[in-house]
Formats: sequence, C-alpha cells, structure tokens
Amino acid sequence: MSYLEYNVARTPAGLHKVLALNWALILLISAVASLGFLVLYSVAGGDWRWAEPQMKRFILGLGVMFIVAMVPIWFWRNISALAYAVALVLLVAVELFGTTGGGATRWIDLGPVLLQPSELMKITLVMMLAAYYDWLPANKVSHPFWVLVPAAIILIPAALVLKQPDLGTALLLMTGGAGVLFAAGVHWGYFVAVFGSAGAGVTAVLKSRGTDWQLLKDYQFRRIDIFLNPDADPLGAGYNITQSKIALGSGGWTGKGFLQGTQARLNFLPEKHTDFIFTTLAEEFGLMGGLSLLILYLLIVAFCVAAALRMKDRFSALVCIGIAIAFFLYFAINMSMVMGMAPVVGVPLPLVSYGGSAMVVLMVGFGLVQSACVHRPRAKGEGRLLRR
Amino acid sequence: MKRDAQEMSLSSRRITRRALMLGGLKLSVGGAILARMQHLQVEQADEFLLLAEENRIKVRLIAPARGLIYDRNGVVVAGNEQVYRVSMIREDADDVGAVITRLRGLVKLDEDALQRALREMDGRPHQAVTIADRLTWEELSTVAVNMPSLSGITPEVGLSRVYPLGPDYAHVIGYVGRVSERDIEEAETPDPLLQTPQFQIGKIGAEKKLEDLLRGRAGARRVEQNAAGRVMRELGRTESTPGSDVQLTLDAGLQNFTQARLGTESASAVVLDVRNGDVLAAVSSPSYDPNLFVQGISSANYSKLRDNDHRPLHNKIVQGLYPPGSTFKMVPLLAALEAGVMSPNETVYCPGYTTVSGRRFHCWKRGGHGHVDAAKSLRESCDVYYYEVAQRAGIDRMGAMANRLGLGVAHDLHMTSVSEGLIPTRDWKRARYNESWQVGDSINASIGQGFVLASPMQLAVMTARIASGLDVSPRMVRSVDGVAQPPGVTGPLDLNRSLLEQARDGMYQVINARGGTAGRSAFELDGIKWAGKTGTSQVRNITAAERARGVFRNEDLPWERRDHALFVGYAPYDDPRYAVSVVVEHGGGGSAAAAPVARDIMLYALAGGLPPAKAYPAGQREQMEQFLAGLPLNPALRRKPRSTEA
Repeated sequence: MSYLEYNVARTPAGLHKVLALNWALILLISAVASLGFLVLYSVAGGDWRWAEPQMKRFILGLGVMFIVAMVPIWFWRNISALAYAVALVLLVAVELFGTTGGGATRWIDLGPVLLQPSELMKITLVMMLAAYYDWLPANKVSHPFWVLVPAAIILIPAALVLKQPDLGTALLLMTGGAGVLFAAGVHWGYFVAVFGSAGAGVTAVLKSRGTDWQLLKDYQFRRIDIFLNPDADPLGAGYNITQSKIALGSGGWTGKGFLQGTQARLNFLPEKHTDFIFTTLAEEFGLMGGLSLLILYLLIVAFCVAAALRMKDRFSALVCIGIAIAFFLYFAINMSMVMGMAPVVGVPLPLVSYGGSAMVVLMVGFGLVQSACVHRPRAKGEGRLLRR
Repeated sequence: MKRDAQEMSLSSRRITRRALMLGGLKLSVGGAILARMQHLQVEQADEFLLLAEENRIKVRLIAPARGLIYDRNGVVVAGNEQVYRVSMIREDADDVGAVITRLRGLVKLDEDALQRALREMDGRPHQAVTIADRLTWEELSTVAVNMPSLSGITPEVGLSRVYPLGPDYAHVIGYVGRVSERDIEEAETPDPLLQTPQFQIGKIGAEKKLEDLLRGRAGARRVEQNAAGRVMRELGRTESTPGSDVQLTLDAGLQNFTQARLGTESASAVVLDVRNGDVLAAVSSPSYDPNLFVQGISSANYSKLRDNDHRPLHNKIVQGLYPPGSTFKMVPLLAALEAGVMSPNETVYCPGYTTVSGRRFHCWKRGGHGHVDAAKSLRESCDVYYYEVAQRAGIDRMGAMANRLGLGVAHDLHMTSVSEGLIPTRDWKRARYNESWQVGDSINASIGQGFVLASPMQLAVMTARIASGLDVSPRMVRSVDGVAQPPGVTGPLDLNRSLLEQARDGMYQVINARGGTAGRSAFELDGIKWAGKTGTSQVRNITAAERARGVFRNEDLPWERRDHALFVGYAPYDDPRYAVSVVVEHGGGGSAAAAPVARDIMLYALAGGLPPAKAYPAGQREQMEQFLAGLPLNPALRRKPRSTEA
C-alpha cells in the first residue's frame, strides 16, 4: 500500500498545513541555533560580527524549511532520482571546473553563489535511497543484487567527494547512507561483513607500517600518530586538539561564564567560530552547557525518529530516519573530534558553527521531515482540527 | 502501483525495529560523548585550567635603565638615549621574504645585520628579533603607518648607551655591547635580563667593572597574551629599578685637554690629586670612539683600529708597561738614604762611566758629571751616581722601596686588566730565567732599565706618594648614587719626611735650577712652581760599536726604535696638590717630548682651564698661546681659567 492509495483529502491542506507542522521540532532547532548565536557572539569577543550574519542565515533557513515543508512529500519522492542525478553531475563538474580553496576543490562558481555539490549530495543521497526502498518490494531488500545497487548509489558520490579531498563529508555520506540501508531492513550480515573487513583493512594498514608493503605514506602515518597522541606535537599538528582539550577541560562543571573564556578570545583555538566552536561553549558554560546542547541534539534526533515511526509510507519514514542519522553524525563526529576521540576531519557542529552551506542543507533536510509530517495521511478521528 | 497490506506492514514493522535499534546506538554514542565530556571537564578540569592559565599569562621583563656615569662636575660621560628599532616575530609574518622586501622599501636596512637577524630567527621563530636598529623617528613612523602590510613587524622604542664625549673616555669607562654567549657563561648568577633582546652589558673598562652597580634590577609585567604572542592587556607590573648613577673622580675638561695635548702620539698621561688619590685625568692616546662598539663595530673599522701601530685599543694607562728610566731614580735614592748607606751630601765622581766586575756602565752624558751629590744626581740625572747607589743599597732595598711607592703593585682601579708592572727580585729572576741575581741587574734597575717595568698610572702614584708623603692609592669612583666612596688616602706613608724632602728638593731643581734637565719646562703661575723628573728609556740595546761610533740620535732612528720619553711631576712644589705622569712612546728624550706635555697638563689642572700665557717664561708665551689656541678641544667643556689664590 503506497501513500497514493490514501485519500489525499485526508491530509491537511491550505493553512491547515501550518498547524500540521512539527512545531516541537522547530522549537528545538531554534533553541540550538540561539545557543549558537550566543556562543558566536562570545567567540567574537562580545561582537556581532559572526552572530548577526548567522541569524540572517538561520531566518533564511527557516524560510527554506517552510517552503520545503509546504510542498507535498510525494513531489519530493518523485524528483529524488532527478535531484540525485543533478547532484552527481555537479560533483563531476566540480572535479572538472571547480574552484579551489584551502587545498581542496569543493565549489562551483555560479556567479553570485559558490555552490558546494557535496553538501547538496548529503540530502539528495538520503532522498534517493529512501525513494529506492520505497520502490523496492520489501522481500527483495536483502537480495545481493538489490543491495549492490544502493551500495553503488552511496559509493560513487562518496568516492568523488573523497577525491576533492574531503574525508569528513565522504565519511558522512557513507555512514549516513549505510544507516538508511540498515533502517530499510537490509540483512545485518552485510553490515557485519563491511565493518569487519573495514576493521581488518585498518589493522592491515597500521601493521604495514615500516614494512616493504607499507600502504600509506609516512606523513599519513604521522597524522594518525598525532590523532592517537596529540601531546606528542603540541605546537605542530597536535596543536588544535591540545588547545581544544585545554579549553574544554578548563571549563569545569559550570564554565568560566559568558564572555569569560580565555582560550578562544586569545586566539589559542583554531577555527574557533567554525569547527571548534563547541570548545568555547564548553569553556564558558562548562559541563552543564555541553550537556544541555547534547540533550537538545538528541531530542531533535528523537523527534525525527518518532516522526518516522508514525509514517505510513516507506519514503517518508526513511527520509526522516536518514535526516536524523545525518544530523546525528554531524554533531557526534564534531564533538568527538574536538574532544580528541576522533581525528580532525572538518565536520561542523550543526546549527551552531558559523557557515552558510551546512545550515541551509540542514534546514532543507528538516523541511523534508516537516513535509513528511504535514502530508502524513491522518486516520479517521485523528487531528480533527486539521480536517477540512 | 499497488502493494498488498502484508508487504506494507512487514516493511513498516521492520523499519520501526531498525529505527529503534539505530536510536539505541545513537543514545549509546551520546552517552560516550557525555562520558568523555565529564572526564575532561570534571576529572581533569584542574589540570586543564592550569594549562589554560599558562597559555594566557606570561611574564615579560622590563629592562632597567642603565646607571649614568658623570664626571666630578656632573658632566654626563655615559648616558642613555632613546633608539627606535624594528623587530620581527617570524611566526607572525605571513611571508618573511615579502615583508622584508616591503620593509626595505620603507627604511634603509643594514644587510649584514639583517642576515644576522634572519639567522637568529631560525633559532627562535616565536620571539621578537631586532631586524633594524637606530632608525630615525620618521622611519619608525613610516613603519608604524604601514603596519597592516607588514605582518610580524613591531616598531619599538628602547634605550641604548651613548658616550657623548666620544673618544675621551674610551679607555677609562670602556663600552657596553650586546650580550655574548661568553658573558652568559661568565655571569655568576644568571640574570634573566641577559636573555632579553638588545640588552647591553659592560664589555670593558669601568662599564664592565661596575656592571653590577650600573645594571639595575629588572621589572616584570604580567601580561595576558594571545596565541600569536601579542600582548592583549597587562595584569600587573613591577617597575624596574634603574642602575646606580656613578660619579667619577675625573674632570671632563682636564681629560679633554689632556687627550688633545697628547694629540696623535702613542702616549699616555695620568693626573692624580695627591691629597686623596682622585684620578683627575687618565688618558691613553690615540683613542677610539666607544659608540662604534655599542652599535656593533664594522669589521673594516675594527681592523683599522687593530692594525694601527699606535695601538688605539690598548689601554696604556694601566696596561702599558715601560721601563721608567730616570723617573725611577727617586726610588734607589730613597732606598739608599733610608738605609743610611748614602748621605745626601756625599758625592760620587762621574767620569761618564763606571766599571763593575769588568763590565763598563755608561752615563747618558759622555763627558761625565764630575762630583755629584744627591740633589745634583736628580737635577742632572747622573747615571753613574745611581750605579754606586745600586751597589750600596742592593736590589732588595730598592725593590721594597719601589713597592712602598706603588710600583710593582696592581692598584685596585675600576678598569679592566690593570697591570702589576714589574719590580724584579732575586726570586723572580731565578724563577723566570733560572739565574742568580747579578750586580749588573741592580745597576740597570737603579736607572729604571733592565727588568723594571711600570705603567703611567703607577708612575703617577709614585710621584703622588713622594710629593705628599701620604699612602696615596688611585680611585676613579667618587660617589655611587650620591654616596661618597672612601678616599684613596688613609694616612701618611711610612717614610721619614726629611728623606722625602731630599727627593723633592732634587725634583724641584730638575725644573727650577740651573742645569736641570727640564729647565725649559718651568712655569710660574701666581707664584706656584712645580717639580718633576725626566726619563728617557731605551727600547734597544746600544752596542759597543755604536757607542764607539757615536750613539744614533733619535731622529735618525725609525719610530718604533726611538726611546720612550717620560716625565713625572707635581705642583705646587711647596704644597703639593696634583701629580702628573706622562709617557710618550718612542717620543725621544723625556725633557723634550714628555716634560712640556706634563707642564701644560699641570697648568690646566692648576688654572682649572686653559693655561694662561703669563705662566710661561717670557720667551715662550707667544708661541704657547698660539699652540694652545690651536688644540682641538671640545667647546662644550671649555672653561675660563679660575684665578688661583696668590
């Protein structure tokens, strides 16, 4: 039974759609974003130079989310394959005509805007996979051939992104995609096999060091060393992570107080307003501040998952789950990174880090979740207010 | 496309199950993140808090102002001037090459110093290194205005030593320079100040001897600095304590006159106040500009100074050792008189030479002096008289007397490498040459030749002691921070006054009696006359053949083989106040080359300004007036002669 078999008239229409939005989720998102403004204001040394453009972006993002939410979810399903194809073409185009910045080629210069196709791909990949499983009969989900197809859907863009090079986004794409596959019900044996061989591969790479079949360059090994033990080179490559831990650790239970953090204000922290912004939050608001943000994040994830569980069709459910997974990966990787639990891979803290692309992409994602919520067919008696 | 309800519910249940599993996984990852947060922020909080403070707060030293050095009248001899510098922190510069190129367009850079600075930066990329020193205010302003395009560059204002009187005091107070590795090693207690960039330390002379007094104590600033090392704000401050101000006993006017009077000769002169040992002037000529060394002397300039045969870098005042020649004769005379082996009126016959154990010793006067008593022996500087004295008194008594008069003793002066000179003893000769003392050695020593060596400072001390009868020791520092230093005189010399009278009488006659060797250098200023002793010391052996042929005249010899000219004197002769010693290297005869110099210096000291023409004998006045007017004196120090009491 596909959503098409529902009576369209039983979904909210017109102004009722606004009431059908998942307001709790919007509230949570706004709370996180507001916390972000506060920290950006503090990181700038009590200045609006970062917080203000970030607010404008958030308002723009809310608008985008609203527009996406108002468009019926089946429209998004129908254009999923097209959107994925466009994103893929753009990724190839980046490879050929892209603009280079900071040692990586990630952007396409479209005149007024710099387009980052890898960000676009984060959403379209989730949509594509959700649409794929919406189309695929449930009994074929674990069939080897029908597993290879989504695997290719994930790996082709991931490989292109990796080549830019952007390890962080590639990891996000692969884990996020794998999460959707898992949610769709692909047999767990595949995951065991993939993670097992990945683990074996990593072990092999590490073991190869110093032998004649060494698999990585020496400098790459040194980066791994620094991740494992940043104190070994506190002023060089380990500097970021060492300073970040100092900022976090010196926050204590309740933090040094708003605008009182010393690490960021004195520039000891690298990328203090982007990837490493969590450290300032934790320095100024302590464990309480960090815990609050973590709880807000987990609540957002929980609301997305809860929404997914109420969906009647696979596309809506998988999109909600996929967005939740992507969002979760963002903050989990970022937090682990700044706390020295994961290598530094350049993943921003969602809704908080200064930056436009990630913010807009996330809001589009939440727009899809909202659209799914709005256009979920209601059973008789449910949501009386919403009925025409 | 229609799907059956069974398939839908199967997939729906599966998605729910998997979603919940994923949710559980996310929760556990969230838990891990929380645990890590708690570990860092609670368990390790103290440790990280400390690290954050260390990051933030740095102690920066404030260099103290070096103590000033004044002359006895408050003229600044060594001061501090503000200098403008540009320093660079390499880590802060985006592109060192580009920044230097841009800077070169703005100010003139010394390429040598720049290369040195760039090398220094390799060693300490996080610290400020001076790349341009002694800029003008305009240049500094230009740099300051262009700061935005000069990353890593900081304009600075600092203090640097300056010697306003230039060469006059080079040998007395020396100079400061940048701290070297050796200075750090030599320091007993490592002062962190030594590590600060551009810090200056006394290298030689009084600047080095008085280093502890002059340096002062560092202050400190506790500052909050950012990751680039830039100071964001000051948290606390302890001011530095400037070094002590030192007042010298020297008189800048007299020093300047003495320097000018010695001119281009390789010479040295010392003026002492016989009543308290104050060194009023101490000059070694030629001199050099100590300011060159403060800024770091160029190798071309340095080799010019080093290779000069007049040795401008050599401090002849206390390091220059010369056979004192006849200026030494008071020593054997006093030794013999005190021992009673010779009486003042006893005469010795001088035929022009004497023969001792088969060896002939000549008097400087070929025809001899005839009958010579004590006074005449000094007046006419008869050598044969002293050959007799030497045999009667012996080296032990002569040596002891020399030591009592300040010869062969290193005086405790605030100069580096003060030499002891040499008054030979029997033991010394045995240790040095493994030979026993010969009577000929005593004979040579009695006329200040042979082994005897003395510095101009020692000769001045000897003269001061003879003139005053006091145990004069030279002192250079009059007061430190206004606190007077102990005088150089503690009491009378342990020597019979009437014996000293004998020596002084002879010295008076040298100048003021007919036949005196320095008769042409007599003066009379408001009734004040002076006394002294000439000396001419050989720097070569005169062979028997040369003596037979006729001794070469000094003018016929190359400069470096001519005799040294010496003179010691004091004035007023009846109430001694000043003692002077002059050594002109290879100047020829003491009476012609050294005595007139000593006379003019003495007259300046007595008059407190340029010697008045009336002090000279009528025949010399016009010539002297012209000569004195032509001396290159420092106009800032020129003083009108004060009228001396009649």
